[in-house]
Amino acid sequence: MSDSISDIPMGDAKPKRVPVWAQHLIVFVAFISIWELSVRNEWVSALILPSPFAVVAAWWELAIELGLIWEHFFVTLTEVLLGFTFGAGFGLSVAVISALNPMFRRLVSPYMVALQVTPRIAVAPIIVAWLGFGMEPKIAIAAIICFFPIFINSLTGLMNVDEESLEMFQSMRASRWQIFRHLQLPGAAPIIMAGFKTGISLALIGAIVGEFVSASVGLGVLIQKFSFQLLLPQAFACLIMLTVMGLLLYTAASFADRHVVFWRHSDLLQKISRKLRARHADILDPAPKAQPAE
Amino acid sequence: MAGQVTALASARSSSAASRSVIEAKGTGMEFPGPVVALDDATFNIRQGEFVSLIGPSGCGKSTLLRLVSGLITPTSGQLSVFGTPVSGPRAEIGMMFQKPTLLDWKSVLHNVLLPKTLGAGVTRADREKAVELLQLVGLGGFEVAFPRQLSGGMQQRVALARLLNTGAEILLLDEPFGALDEFTRERLNLELLRIQRDLKATILFVTHNIQEAVFLADRVFVMTPRPGRLEATIEVPMERPRTIEMTKTPEFNELVFNIRDTLGGFI
Repeated sequence: MSDSISDIPMGDAKPKRVPVWAQHLIVFVAFISIWELSVRNEWVSALILPSPFAVVAAWWELAIELGLIWEHFFVTLTEVLLGFTFGAGFGLSVAVISALNPMFRRLVSPYMVALQVTPRIAVAPIIVAWLGFGMEPKIAIAAIICFFPIFINSLTGLMNVDEESLEMFQSMRASRWQIFRHLQLPGAAPIIMAGFKTGISLALIGAIVGEFVSASVGLGVLIQKFSFQLLLPQAFACLIMLTVMGLLLYTAASFADRHVVFWRHSDLLQKISRKLRARHADILDPAPKAQPAE
Repeated sequence: MAGQVTALASARSSSAASRSVIEAKGTGMEFPGPVVALDDATFNIRQGEFVSLIGPSGCGKSTLLRLVSGLITPTSGQLSVFGTPVSGPRAEIGMMFQKPTLLDWKSVLHNVLLPKTLGAGVTRADREKAVELLQLVGLGGFEVAFPRQLSGGMQQRVALARLLNTGAEILLLDEPFGALDEFTRERLNLELLRIQRDLKATILFVTHNIQEAVFLADRVFVMTPRPGRLEATIEVPMERPRTIEMTKTPEFNELVFNIRDTLGGFI
């Protein structure tokens, strides 16, 4: 790679660009090498920072040879997904009711502010005291932590209706429900989906916090156990699994966002246009002439 | 100017071949503040008439439009449409704004179908009619496109097709082409006149462009601010169909100067 960079002539010839994936690879390899070198040369103690190879070896042992990490992985993942489902469902519902009913919004808003300013992590021990040591308290904590951004995003989106579009609907004598269904809700979709994207990452934090407080299974439990035993390569291996989980969840949320808010992506619009043309072929010209009108 | 208004009123009653569809008698609108957005407006608008409302910001032209649409109700005086007092939005009245107010998540076809979606539901005949309307506004072939893929002028054409699909006989247009470039605006104005002739619609057209107001209208309502008042009503005796060449004639320019003089003290 470095050859192709040094090969670039400084004169007037076109410089050849290094592809983006290669740039990422260079940075990644450099990062891992510096890490490995600093452990090997004992710039940092291997007790404090395990070398990348030690981490990979520990991961191999935990995930492939013993295979014990997966149970914990899926327990944590289940807690996150269920917590997010409850948090998002509740957050969106309260936002919809608040948007439609000013009285409800007024009455409920002080509690929402109280919930926002209270560090929600602090309720974790209380929830564990209520719900015991199974998955339930972790689901509840994940739900509570991701509730707020989803609620506030959804409410902001639903309240922010374009005035002229609203008048247009009213002049067509649309009902309150039709305005909600055809204008308010789809109009709020981009910001609601942004709330979901924030919420899914927060749900993961909530599940891990719950596991830290008290649990027998889950990646949070493993990390805590290995750290106490100073088995840092193993702790890092679990951490990497959490990173992978976070990436999976975020990718899923981004995918959902893209398809729900399809009108912001021209490639999706073209696909949908083709489908619509096929569906309405009976009323549309067989050979559409798409010359611009202006 | 008041004399001119009464003179026109008598001229109208003599040519009472077409009935008046909008009648305002001392209509006023006061918003909390208090702000008098419209003070004591009295006028009649005949069926099939094209009336331009012109005046600087705050003269109450948009308020007048919203009163006729039934979105707001007057705080004084009377206002009736088709002989009955306005108490809320009606099927016979449609509105269009400076912004296209299209739904980004619906195709052009489904945006045009919105009045039917909100009404009894969409039938095959409705879809066929929407396709025809899109051809009428020069957007044949764009049925399955989405608003974000269209230029500003094309978006306003979609909004116009949607307005026509309401089946309204009275069209209230609030600076509909105000955000478009001069060429597009001129073209859409000509098309609006053609469509009005075909559909025999009654149009109230808000603008702050004097040439545009005169070019389009049978009558121009000149409005002035603080409080919003209907200052004068100016008849445009030019024949139809209107052509761009007419804007070069001395009569046209005289009307434009006349309106500018009326507004002179207020701009």
